[in-house]
Amino acid sequence: MECSFSGILLSVRFVKPILIVGSLCAAAMLLLAQHTPPSATPTPQTAAPPVAQAPATRQTLNVVVLDPGHGGTDSGARGGSGIVEKEVTMSLARAVQAQLELQGFQVVLTRQPDEGPTLDERAATANAQRGAVFISLHVSSIGAVGTAMAFYMPAAPTSETKPGPETSGRPLVRWQEAQQAYAAQSRKLAELIQIQLGQKLRGSAEVPQAVAVRQLRSVMLPAVAVELSSVAAADRKPLDQATPALAEAVARAVAAFKAAYEAGAI
Amino acid sequence: MSRAMKITVALLVFGVVLGGIYFQGLLDRVLRLAQPARTEEQSRREVLQPPIATPSDKTVKAKIFWASVETPGALQPVEVELALSAETVQRAKQVLNMLVAGPPAPELRTLPADAALLEFYLLEDGTAIADFSGELSTGTPSGILSEQRAAESIARTLESNVPGLTRLKILIHGQEAETLAGHLDLSGYFTLAPPAAAPEKPPGKLTASGSAVKLPR
Repeated sequence: MECSFSGILLSVRFVKPILIVGSLCAAAMLLLAQHTPPSATPTPQTAAPPVAQAPATRQTLNVVVLDPGHGGTDSGARGGSGIVEKEVTMSLARAVQAQLELQGFQVVLTRQPDEGPTLDERAATANAQRGAVFISLHVSSIGAVGTAMAFYMPAAPTSETKPGPETSGRPLVRWQEAQQAYAAQSRKLAELIQIQLGQKLRGSAEVPQAVAVRQLRSVMLPAVAVELSSVAAADRKPLDQATPALAEAVARAVAAFKAAYEAGAI
Repeated sequence: MSRAMKITVALLVFGVVLGGIYFQGLLDRVLRLAQPARTEEQSRREVLQPPIATPSDKTVKAKIFWASVETPGALQPVEVELALSAETVQRAKQVLNMLVAGPPAPELRTLPADAALLEFYLLEDGTAIADFSGELSTGTPSGILSEQRAAESIARTLESNVPGLTRLKILIHGQEAETLAGHLDLSGYFTLAPPAAAPEKPPGKLTASGSAVKLPR
């Protein structure tokens, strides 16, 4: 009994200094924490809210996938004067490529002059790239000759954007709707291109159009189509004259898009 | 002139006359062959698309969206006096047939002349299914702008004249087509706005007086 009583007294004698030292340490740590810069100690409360679909780290944008429409046995639109769409789109692609390379971009073409890959093969070429945008080039059958229009895939109504059937808890993104995740970026790219087209090709509209273009639907990149009017021209001269302006417009717009993209503004 | 010579001349004249008659027949055959053959679709359309008339038909000013005269690539509504049924499916067929067959001028056409509306279905949720003949696909000029204009003319004509439709699916010969003519994706549905909310543009004025055009049925 006596032994246990003296043990308690001994314990109390040691506990008191331990408590004092502990309190001093805690106060010192609190002071240190208050003077430390907030960025060094991120907390869940101060972290930026997550953005849907945004990559963890923003990539640089250095690659442009150019898709000259049609090709091979698919001639595309044909004009009464003999203008063939697949030939004009190849010329457009070469001109745009030259302008983009001047801006420092790496350009990937989805086809060579005598090739006619399928639309899904073109999408696969695009989807193999990282830090890239996709631009499909076409020539229309109608419209004022020498004008051009940019198109982007419209965002699907909410009821149609719900995830597809789930497999082991993983949502399945339908291949036909792969472009939907990039709808906002594609729209921005189309807007930038259309602004430039409006300035460089007189008579072109000021805003792009949202159209369900088949060539864009499975591309998992910011993707647009640009269509020059038209194969109904009396000869190729007005189209050839419009080509350098269209190429410059696209290159400037892509450069502007790159700046906004890499700054995280898009 | 000797007798032999006379016979020879007579034979020659006879030969020339015979040749002339044969040549005329040959020319007629060539001209007949040169005329474009009537397609199966055209014949089918004549059989399947007699003028649609129902007991509830009432003459109204329908808005049909044909190509704009002023803005290439755009659409403009034209008011047409048309007898339209109170029944949704028949009404939709009537306005779509007018859209295909009745543009006042060829340059206003948005759909190929020999395209035919084969069938029109309406689902309970307001989904409209318009089944066109293959001519819609093969006859529409290839291009994003032209294909979009064609589909938009169908959608806007329906939403302006047929209440109760929520969305539109375009089929070609009863099948889902990947594209209309190489560009416009037809795998999905086109959302339709109700008539009151449909975007309005001033009706087309095709006559000098600016009055609405009255077209024969």
